[in-house]
Amino acid sequence: MAYVRDRGVAEDVVQESWLTCLRRLGDFEGRSSLKTWIFGIVINTARARRRKEVRILPFTSLWRRDDSDRRKPTVEQSRFGSDGMWRSGPQSWDNLPESKVLGQETLERVKAAIDELPPKQREVIVLRDVAGLEAGEVAGLLGLSPENQRVRLHRARAAVRRSLEDYLR
Amino acid sequence: MTCRQVVELMTDYLEGALSPEERSRFEEHIAGCDGCTAYLAQLRRTKEILGRSAAEPVPPAIQAELLEAFRDWRSHRQV
Repeated sequence: MAYVRDRGVAEDVVQESWLTCLRRLGDFEGRSSLKTWIFGIVINTARARRRKEVRILPFTSLWRRDDSDRRKPTVEQSRFGSDGMWRSGPQSWDNLPESKVLGQETLERVKAAIDELPPKQREVIVLRDVAGLEAGEVAGLLGLSPENQRVRLHRARAAVRRSLEDYLR
Repeated sequence: MTCRQVVELMTDYLEGALSPEERSRFEEHIAGCDGCTAYLAQLRRTKEILGRSAAEPVPPAIQAELLEAFRDWRSHRQV
């Protein structure tokens, strides 16, 4: 879902990727883990599909800028005093019930927050934190430097944290 | 280091990408700062919650389709 617009298209992508995996399984050489190899196929399939879709979307939708590779402050600057120290520090979540922190509503919020991320941040956080791939695997799959992988991950995690902060209080 | 700087280094810290010197200055700050301690704990928690969001079961209709595709593929291969 990180690459395409709706659930129906995402299902097609999964179906097509699955068939590609089966067809090419004989070519798998074990240079990466099987999981990484499968993700590589899914990403390529999803990107090909997105390219096809972009052609039929209105031109203006191409103009949304994605500056995910830049380091930018991820915490509202108004939360710090002029000395750079917290003015309103975050409230600890340690005393909240687990049933709330890990509840269905929390998971829904996380998914909504992921959907709102710019695509470059979304693909990194999904592969790293949702799918559980290693940093090096994700950098390799997406053709990113280790540094850019971390910058995108940092911005994405900070954005998801921010949306959880509104809910977990 | 100020809190404003420390929060932006948290992912580098969690990923083990800080230099030894930066790392010790970072840890020194955290040890004396409740706000940054809470923020770091929240980032770790966020990561954990993200990991759990993958546990959504595959919808039965999709599972059936994928199995179908697999059976097709296998029967073609055996011919």
